[in-house]
Amino acid sequence: MNKTVNQKAWFFVIPVFVLVAFNAIIPLMTVVNYAFQETFGNNQFMWEGTRWFKQILVSERFHAALGRQVLFTLIILVIQIPLGIFIALNMPKEGIGVPICLVLMSMPLLIPWNVVGAMWNIFALPDIGFLGHSLNAIGFDYNFTQQSGDAWFTTILMDVWHWTSLVVLLSYAGLRSIQPAYYQAAEIDGATRWAVFRHIELPKMKKVLTIAILLRFMDSFMIYTEPFVLTGGGPGNATAFLSIDLVKMALGQFDLGPAAAMSLIYFFIVLTVCWVFYNLMMRNESKS
Amino acid sequence: MKKFKWLVPTIYIIFLMLPIYWLLNMSFKTTTEIINTYTLWPQEFTLDNYKKIFTDSTWYTGYLNSIYYVVLNTFISVAAALPAAYAFSRYKFLGDKHLFFWLLTNRMAPPAVFALPFFQFYSSVNLFDTHVAVALSHCLFNIPLAVWILEGFMSSVPKELDETAYVDGYSFWKFFFKIFIPTITAGIGITMFFCFMFSWVELLLAKTLTAVAAKPIAATMTRTASTSGYELGLLAAAGSLTIVPGAIVIYFVRNYIAKGFALGRV
Repeated sequence: MNKTVNQKAWFFVIPVFVLVAFNAIIPLMTVVNYAFQETFGNNQFMWEGTRWFKQILVSERFHAALGRQVLFTLIILVIQIPLGIFIALNMPKEGIGVPICLVLMSMPLLIPWNVVGAMWNIFALPDIGFLGHSLNAIGFDYNFTQQSGDAWFTTILMDVWHWTSLVVLLSYAGLRSIQPAYYQAAEIDGATRWAVFRHIELPKMKKVLTIAILLRFMDSFMIYTEPFVLTGGGPGNATAFLSIDLVKMALGQFDLGPAAAMSLIYFFIVLTVCWVFYNLMMRNESKS
Repeated sequence: MKKFKWLVPTIYIIFLMLPIYWLLNMSFKTTTEIINTYTLWPQEFTLDNYKKIFTDSTWYTGYLNSIYYVVLNTFISVAAALPAAYAFSRYKFLGDKHLFFWLLTNRMAPPAVFALPFFQFYSSVNLFDTHVAVALSHCLFNIPLAVWILEGFMSSVPKELDETAYVDGYSFWKFFFKIFIPTITAGIGITMFFCFMFSWVELLLAKTLTAVAAKPIAATMTRTASTSGYELGLLAAAGSLTIVPGAIVIYFVRNYIAKGFALGRV
């Protein structure tokens, strides 16, 4: 759409700007304030410069948490994106099955995150949970509160359960926008199933998939509540992802300076990756 | 191959329903049964857990608090986002692209980063432990989302609609409320659904900003679990009830969801 230049449009944006700035800028400046200073309470601050940043950037604890976080996010993307596409391709296109699938598949998205954690906790406990009990009954030595491998397995399975539906819904919406004529043409040409997917379905899903990857990256990189309730970051520090480690440092040990510096580094990483994605997305949009 | 296509969504849905079934199953059991025996369905079926929640005010006010601030947030977000989304979809203005990306960055801010400053900030303006505080804080991620979705819907409405209305002598506000808003009701419905959803499932900020008077149900659950031992049956019943509002909302918007996603926003 060709837009007209109109500076008065700013008046329409002011309510949004004020509400978001109220919530974003003041708290963010508080974090910046802590990141460069040392405090002993009573609003007394001492200038520390970049000391906290240097300390965080070389600390092994931060490297370990960041490593776990990156690994977790990569595993999540590698599982959820293909699985979501695969399920969307096999969903019914019309009839009573469509609303049933949509409603049931959206259910996990609407459950409060700590309930998701609590639900998976009682589902996976080896003595009273269905998953834990079944796995042990068929001969696995499974206990996610004791063994870090099991804790990872459970956290990943929980996230797949929780968020794959988002990818399914997005891909499904992308698939629905394909005209039947494309499929007919492909059939006449005798295209294989793979060729149809590769040259018709995948290009049509490109835009929604970018959004799916962006959303899944942001949310899995910021994950806090679900693993906190499920494993509490344990056993040991095995599932202490960045957010969990950060809250532990800020509220548990009250190391506000390093915690604030870590917050800013953390925010900066998310921002950089999203900025790259956003630009790619906008470039695609202007092309089509 | 084609014949067994339905198997894929079916297996997936069974996988989705299993933990939910397990939660429901627990909620109808007595605590002794949960701890002492492993059973696939309740042997002594009981509604006591639910009775406790509906009669004990510390429990049911949690639900009322949650619903109160979620609804408040949904209205604030959509009301503020409507004119802004219109501006983004119709006009070019100084800094529009940067502003749009800045809005989106707030959707990307890890809530864990903001928890402590939020607590200090809302305490200093005397809003701590009020519904308004939670509703306003959730604007941080819901307003950018609302602007993003609504902008998508509004851009799909041809600009000729606006121009014809002005030619017919409509003033801007009359056009906006009488013609424009009715044409994008589906989009507003979808937006409200997503605002409701993200405000309902968020806990970290809601928990940080409340103590007693506005405590959300999800926080009631975690606190009860840690103070009075592990009443699993009660916890499961409370958890099951948190699924209900979402299920009701999703039933009403089921036909719009695919359409909303199809516009490539959200």
